Amino acid sequence: MAMKTRYSFGGDEHVFVEIDEEMSLDAFFKSLSMTNAVRDSRIKGVTEICPANASLQIRFDPDVISPDDMLAELKRLESAADKADPTLKTRIIEIPVYYNDPWTHETLMRFRERHQEPTSTDLEYTAKINNYGSVDDLVNAHAGAPWFVSMVGFVAGLPFLYQMVERSRQIEAPKYLRPRTDTPKLTVGHGGCFGCIYSVRGAGGYQMFGITPMPIYDPKQEVSYLRDFMIFFKPGDIVKFKPVDRDGYDAAIEEVERGRFEPPIRPVTFSLNDFHTDPASTNAKILGALHGA
Amino acid sequence: MALEIVKPGLSTTVQDLGRPGYYHLGIPESGGMDRYSLIAANLLVGNPAGAAVLEAVFQGPEIRVSRDSVIAVCGAEMPPKVDGAEQPGWTSFAVRAGQTLSFGYLKSGARAYIAMSGGVDVPIVLGSRSTYPLGALGGFEGRALKAGDKLALGDPSGEAKAGRVVAPDLRRLPGKTAELRALPGLYWRRITEEAGENFFEDTWKVAPEADRIGYRFRGGSSLAFVPRKQPFGAGSDPSNIVDSCYPYGSIQVPGGTEPIVLHRDAVSGGGYFMLGTVVSADMDLIGQLQPHQPARFVKVDMETALRARAEEKARLVRLKQSLS
Repeated sequence: MAMKTRYSFGGDEHVFVEIDEEMSLDAFFKSLSMTNAVRDSRIKGVTEICPANASLQIRFDPDVISPDDMLAELKRLESAADKADPTLKTRIIEIPVYYNDPWTHETLMRFRERHQEPTSTDLEYTAKINNYGSVDDLVNAHAGAPWFVSMVGFVAGLPFLYQMVERSRQIEAPKYLRPRTDTPKLTVGHGGCFGCIYSVRGAGGYQMFGITPMPIYDPKQEVSYLRDFMIFFKPGDIVKFKPVDRDGYDAAIEEVERGRFEPPIRPVTFSLNDFHTDPASTNAKILGALHGA
Repeated sequence: MALEIVKPGLSTTVQDLGRPGYYHLGIPESGGMDRYSLIAANLLVGNPAGAAVLEAVFQGPEIRVSRDSVIAVCGAEMPPKVDGAEQPGWTSFAVRAGQTLSFGYLKSGARAYIAMSGGVDVPIVLGSRSTYPLGALGGFEGRALKAGDKLALGDPSGEAKAGRVVAPDLRRLPGKTAELRALPGLYWRRITEEAGENFFEDTWKVAPEADRIGYRFRGGSSLAFVPRKQPFGAGSDPSNIVDSCYPYGSIQVPGGTEPIVLHRDAVSGGGYFMLGTVVSADMDLIGQLQPHQPARFVKVDMETALRARAEEKARLVRLKQSLS
């Protein structure tokens, strides 16, 4: 796959590195390797290192390192990243999702006039335009294959997710015609080819599929697994969604409130080459790690 | 508690020089939108440059002060009053325990920085006392102040003195028509040459949707895009890109109509193309723009951007020398 890296300055304090115009696992992987290389190289004057889906952004202090020197350092690291072995030691997390839940349903009904197809729900619409016979088929596809956290941001702790399937199997959906002014906290959404989990309540334009009981951002750091750091996700995490019903959702909420909820998390190694050779068995191996296989 | 908020003003938040380092997780740096005025106010009252202050936008708060303090207000012209008696801006003045600080109407600028000897003492979160309301993080309970809130002050340095003044030539506010220097780049190539020329020739106006996240502008020509087949994952609108990071000061134009310049509480990324970035030296000016104020974007290259940065740094050195 021919990717062409493009460099551009964002004012006098940022370098923007576009790995590719279009989204792919390869572009994400290269952006992640370059991000790691920049972090490891500890270049003086670098103040923020931000990976995105198919690009990255470095913020620097031009009083410490000149923009031209910064650019030269990044280009040097790019050629090193190109040679890097495309494997990633990471973790897989299983996240319960209550699809077609009453709260996102109530919200999507309130904003129907902002939607492409006001007469169907977000799930029905997305199932239809992706040629799924039913909402259940869409949910099975959504929860069937794992997702990479390809970026964390927009607002604090919000993960963008890219599903680990061939392009022909990617779920795609437009954003709302006009963004909603409200989205329930922890809504599982989808826009373009990306999934997301809304970390805070607020505006949003992604199609709403369901809700997770699992908090992912807690500035007060009271949630048991967020005591060390207030944000759960980091780029490179792998996520598997697990459908739950109302009872499963309520039970998980109760566990969260009692400080006993612990999402299943296992270490895994992902190889991009293995994935390209055989996506199905690579994913099966990764999912196997989740349940102790 | 040394401060009691009687009236909060429109949106008054605790800010310092911000919390860089967490942008990759969606947490913006926050901090005073006009850092120079924030620093000036601190230096006037003998605080370290980056002590926490109150940032008041468009309308000042009313505050009962229960500890003898030295106070200075810099930035927007919004005359401070002590028990009703007007005090000069950019000047330190004494307030005795039991007196009330209030403000007259806004005359120019947008944000006033209220520094008190000892600095506002709220918990440090991720290295900063700044408020990031969208994430309910930092500041006073992660939000703008409300009537009845009680805030503590830190220990004063002992160098707090009334009657110190920032010389008029060391004050900085945008002109009647703000000129914001910007470096084209990022996805500049997405718009036509003519659209690029219009963007810099047009006079824009600050839209009512202008806050700490970003400033929206309207009134200029719509931008025409270079036709292309949208890349996979980018979305169907020609202004869409595969979601990327957004630099501070970056200028995005959703749908090609109204430019938005992201500021200290920026959303860290998203799916709209950006045509360039306002230079670091002019970010403070944006924080002092009022809705409906005219503004122009001035095209510069990197060399000019760096020279502007050096000039602002030199101004800061002169400020520090004049108040030392």
